[in-house]
Amino acid sequence: MIATKMIPDFSAPVHVDQVGIEERASRFTKRSIKNETKLNGLMLALNMIDLTTLEGKDTNGKVKQLCYKAQHLHDAYPGLPTVAAICVYPSMVKTAKAALGNSGIKVASVATAFPSGQAPRDVKIRDTKYAVQNGADEVDMVISRGKFLEGEYNFVFDEIAAIKEACGDARLKVILETGELVTYDKVRKASDIAMYAGADFIKTSTGKISPAATMPVTLVMLEAIRDFYYKTGKKIAMKPAGGISKSKLALHYLVMLNETLGEGWMNNEWFRFGASSLANDILMQLMKQKTGVYQSANYFSID
Amino acid sequence: MAKATKNNTLKLKFDSARNLAPAPESKSAAKIDPQYDLFINGKFEKPLSKKYFATINPATEEKLSMIAEANTADVNKAVVAARTAYEKTWKKMPPAERAKYIYRIARMIQERAREFAIIETLDGGKPIRESRDFDVPTAANHFFYYAGWADKLEYAFPNRRTEPLGVAGQIIPWNFPLLMAAWKIAPALACGNTVVLKPAENTSLTALKLAEIIQEADLPPGVVNIITGAGATGAAIVNHADVNKIAFTGSTEVGKIIQRAIAGTNKKATLELGGKAANIIFDDAPIDKAVEGVINGIFFNQGHVCCAGSRLYVQESVFKEVVRKLKDRLETMILGEPMDKNTDIGAINSKAQLDIINKYIKIGQQEGAEMYQPSCAIPKKGFYCRPTIFTNVAQSNRIAQEEIFGPVLAIQSFRTDDEVIEKANNSPYGLSAGVWTDKGSKIFNLTTKLRAGVIWANTFNKFDPTSPFGGYKESGFGREGGLHGLSAYINLTT
Repeated sequence: MIATKMIPDFSAPVHVDQVGIEERASRFTKRSIKNETKLNGLMLALNMIDLTTLEGKDTNGKVKQLCYKAQHLHDAYPGLPTVAAICVYPSMVKTAKAALGNSGIKVASVATAFPSGQAPRDVKIRDTKYAVQNGADEVDMVISRGKFLEGEYNFVFDEIAAIKEACGDARLKVILETGELVTYDKVRKASDIAMYAGADFIKTSTGKISPAATMPVTLVMLEAIRDFYYKTGKKIAMKPAGGISKSKLALHYLVMLNETLGEGWMNNEWFRFGASSLANDILMQLMKQKTGVYQSANYFSID
Repeated sequence: MAKATKNNTLKLKFDSARNLAPAPESKSAAKIDPQYDLFINGKFEKPLSKKYFATINPATEEKLSMIAEANTADVNKAVVAARTAYEKTWKKMPPAERAKYIYRIARMIQERAREFAIIETLDGGKPIRESRDFDVPTAANHFFYYAGWADKLEYAFPNRRTEPLGVAGQIIPWNFPLLMAAWKIAPALACGNTVVLKPAENTSLTALKLAEIIQEADLPPGVVNIITGAGATGAAIVNHADVNKIAFTGSTEVGKIIQRAIAGTNKKATLELGGKAANIIFDDAPIDKAVEGVINGIFFNQGHVCCAGSRLYVQESVFKEVVRKLKDRLETMILGEPMDKNTDIGAINSKAQLDIINKYIKIGQQEGAEMYQPSCAIPKKGFYCRPTIFTNVAQSNRIAQEEIFGPVLAIQSFRTDDEVIEKANNSPYGLSAGVWTDKGSKIFNLTTKLRAGVIWANTFNKFDPTSPFGGYKESGFGREGGLHGLSAYINLTT
């Protein structure tokens, strides 16, 4: 917690205009990204990916394979960056940590009864501590959407603050699950609550609910981050997750990030893509840039 | 843990957002002839004046083509052609048949949209994104919309009989060359009038391309005549005895000259003149959207918009936030070659206009206003002006009173609703205004009290063929667009 910051009144109305946000978000898609800007953008997007597997049927073997892929995205293309992190369930953290070794790739673990968050607070805290004790560098928590929608903002605030405390040195990503909040006003309010309660990242979605990340929702959150930065001087990171599977869309997100928060956020400390299939699409585009022709999807590993 | 920094010193950095790899639209997709003649009676004819003048690309100062200069004899030829076509063909044609021609023109504009967009940008300096996404599609929409009215005038004016006026002389400005031609020609034709249209001398090319389409569309000869030239040509149209109606869009100064010229004649007129629109932000507005609306309101088309929101009034409790966000937003704007698809601010239309804008920027500084411009680079060749905002402005400053017609914004703060209404109305102009608030009742309170022809609420610079557009006070009279736009081209006889 920052001692000097004033906690605003979360029951006060926020003003986000739906038409305006959607119009502005669509403007970023009109930017034409070519040549070296495109190449740099694709490399950067690759480096911002939280390569994710969050399934009941996950096995240690699958996680190990994913960790290998994280470090060797496509060895046919020398000089590629690694992804930013591997994102798994708490039970897989130990495996992932061992497989990644000292590669510099972070291990992110979902926690707090992901994805629904329907559990008592002490269970959520234990879940978080388990992930951290097993070596998670980052924790992706979900907020209690039911309480939030009821207007119990203090409950949500306190819960995030408690999880932040349980995280210790691990960075906390707070998933708002924007698909369940529905309106941009609520997304903005939840973003503000999360940031003031101690979030290091705010994140759109679990990927289990549709719609997941969209550009307008992400823009609302980026604007919240900018306003928070101006008020407190503290940078908060952003992670859109779910639904971003194409390179072109990822580049649009980067344009939006660059024109909303600027260069200071254009690296994987401050921005991530939560995605599983995005990496291969970017690899395909990079090979196309290099060789001039598209290659079949069969040339890219699916892990 | 990050220490709280003094937040008014924090600044976001946007250099890389501005420096994208070039993404130019291809010039070769449009054909520009080395020389253009006058379009009279369905044919391109050499001017009797035997004179031509050059039209240049304001972004590079390169010559694009030579344009014929119509003299009084040429104007007379065009009016005679229009009169003959009116009496012999167009007036008698069943309205549904007229509509077919107008629909055909609309479709042909759509088919050749890319070519129109490229030429509009080369000739006028506006960003290709705007010509492609706004000017050309809106022009086509205008023809579509009025084509629909041609055979339904009895429903537009129930229980009245309508008849066309005759020959309409139409003079249009350089800021939206094709779109203004569409605004003028489409309703005139739908109501059964014939037309002599003169585009501005800086930007004649898309009107001449439209003439090519009109020729291809087999519109009966003489129904639309497009003649080119400068002020003298326009004066010859205004003063021609056989013209029944003058439709003019341009400066208030020329509008006054036209009114004097036609006083005592039977000529009807609609004038769409200058503006100095107030854009008003209340403290309960969605601020980020309002900022976006201010940017769109004043920097759209380099500020060459008669309804541009050039006076910004911000409620004092959000003044600092709005100005800070405006400055951030300015830093992300890409200024440069208009043909690049990423350009937000293109070239100023002419050297003369750039001189006027620079004169006002100097005046603003001399008046003691505080100027801010983003740090973007300006191309060496061509006419460019950085987007400019002034704070510490007084209502008595010239930059807050006079139309600059460029990317220059004057910002003032206000405290109460009544104060801002009074200040907003304190202008000889009354074309448009904008109101930003989350409160519906406040919107209605203001829209009934602001003396402006068009008032946008929580948006700005939105245009639609179905919506009337026009001014109060020295911003002119008559309406274009929508049902109201028909009244400007008909007589009600019963």
